[in-house]
Amino acid sequence: MALAKAELVEYLYKMVEAAQGKKQLKAMDLQKAVLKEHPDQDKNMIKMAIKELIDSGRCVYTYFGGSFIEIPHVEGAAKH
Amino acid sequence: MHKTPLLDQLESGPYPSFVKDLKRLAAKKPQVNDLLGQLERSYKEKITHWKHGGIVGVLGYGSGIIGRYSDLPDEFPGLEHFHTMRINHPSGWFYTTQAIREVCDIWDQYGSGILNMHGATGDLVLLGTTTDNLEPCFQALAHKGWDIGGSGSAMRSPSCCVGPARCEWAMFDTLEACYECTQHFQFDLHRPSFPYKYKLKFSGCPNDCVAAVARADQSHIGVWRDDIKIDQSAVKAYDGGELKPRGGATPYAKLDVKADVVDLCPTGCMSWDGKTLKIDNKNCNHCMHCINMMPQALKPGSERGVTILMGSHAPILEGAQMSWVIVPFMEVEPPFDNIKELTERIIEWWAENGKNRERVGELILRLGMRTFLEAVGLPPVPQSVIRPRANPFFYWKQEDFDAEAAGKKYYTTK
Ligand code: HEM
Ligand code: HEM
Ligand code: SF4
Ligand code: SF4
Repeated sequence: MALAKAELVEYLYKMVEAAQGKKQLKAMDLQKAVLKEHPDQDKNMIKMAIKELIDSGRCVYTYFGGSFIEIPHVEGAAKH
Repeated sequence: MHKTPLLDQLESGPYPSFVKDLKRLAAKKPQVNDLLGQLERSYKEKITHWKHGGIVGVLGYGSGIIGRYSDLPDEFPGLEHFHTMRINHPSGWFYTTQAIREVCDIWDQYGSGILNMHGATGDLVLLGTTTDNLEPCFQALAHKGWDIGGSGSAMRSPSCCVGPARCEWAMFDTLEACYECTQHFQFDLHRPSFPYKYKLKFSGCPNDCVAAVARADQSHIGVWRDDIKIDQSAVKAYDGGELKPRGGATPYAKLDVKADVVDLCPTGCMSWDGKTLKIDNKNCNHCMHCINMMPQALKPGSERGVTILMGSHAPILEGAQMSWVIVPFMEVEPPFDNIKELTERIIEWWAENGKNRERVGELILRLGMRTFLEAVGLPPVPQSVIRPRANPFFYWKQEDFDAEAAGKKYYTTK
């Protein structure tokens, strides 16, 4: 069954959190993972849930040869 | 000031040098002095001292800020952070001087003052600021009506030629098409959710002044499909030397209509007997050569639209690719809904199937033009055949037979 928006946001956040430091996830990876568990989930709602994670600052976009979604952290290159 | 004997040599040539420019700026911007120092060091050691960042940005956006750090921050403290901001350019790069002054003032306040107009994608590129200054700089720019451009795995800032604003050859309103698409794809421009970058470019005619065919994932090139209009008396005037070729933009005083125009037509579809110029328009491939040579005698026809091509890119996963025609002719008019809808269908297929860093042209190569055309609902056309078929086997699918039985006509020349 499709998740409500607030549940979806938490679901996505947990996925990003679990992957942190192990695998970098792209927006499309998140969408595909949600649709596998919840095939009736509206794609646009997934986009908006990702937007909410980013706009709230709980997640950030990162770029390492491609754009990913991660938990904010101090980047290696910035360290002295 | 750092000593820069190697860089100084670049100032000795006949052309203006970026070194001179940066030295002038270094007088008021210590980080630019460090930039010269670090570059001198790189010239000597033949190795870069830049590190690529991957996280810095402004809140809510995943695009448009490119993190750069020096790996020698103790020696060059001004370069500890030296991030780039891409600012979305206006269609056709038309500015008021006031608008540019405002950008310069903001960048003098928050950044190094180094400005590149423009980057390869088209954006204004502001080089060199710190992480702390990103957000206030963005706010100041936004306050003056600017927005950040695309970077990363996102829609990149679309770009177009000057089109109807300055050019008589524009077959469609490139400026409006670029603006419309920039607005329509704002979400995807700022929030990277594609396999890799996606570039839209619009050229008003096949002269392709934004070099879309070599650089854009999706190119829109203005084209006509009826006959080239010929003014025979003007052709004679060119032949007699009364009119200068190329609107005068050439050292040659007189055009040789046969040698310079007819014999150079790539499809050999023109003839000239000294009195009448003939064009076999069915075989014209719209290269613009003859029209560029004799602009007062020849004009594109009046049935105008765009050709859409796909897939060019620089070498990343595969080698470089040039674009491939997928729609030979499409009528367009503001607000360009047919271009937006087609683009959405293409992106959806690519986002679903593309691997990380795989450009759409590479995906078409991997899965095949047939799969691509079926997925986005475009008919196959002769213009998209790259070379004659080498494989003698073709497997029809049951649905092809069913469709034919139900009356579907496969491609006809009508
Ligand atoms: C060894 C060092 C570097 C290499 C190999 C390199 C390579 C590249 C490449 C391949 C591109 C893409 C070009 C394109 O898409 O057409 C690019 C773009 C860019 N680079 Fe570098 N780069 C280097 C250093 C730097 C540094 C030090 C800066 C700034 C301080 C910088 C700023 C940029 C910018 C702003 C762009 C985007 C330009 C645009 O929008 O067209 N790069 N670089
Ligand atoms: C009153 C001042 C200026 C006038 C009237 C002027 C006029 C022009 C014209 C007519 C062109 C050719 C456009 C075309 O190919 O259709 C051009 C190109 C260009 N101008 Fe200017 N310009 C001026 C100042 C400048 C300045 C101050 C700069 C640089 C600091 C500059 C840099 C360029 C560049 C880079 C090109 C492009 C050359 C190329 O693409 O081959 N111009 N300008
Ligand atoms: S691409 Fe064609 S229409 Fe656009 S500026 Fe160049 S010549 Fe003019
Ligand atoms: S546009 Fe090109 S192909 Fe067509 S007639 Fe002129 S030279 Fe030939």
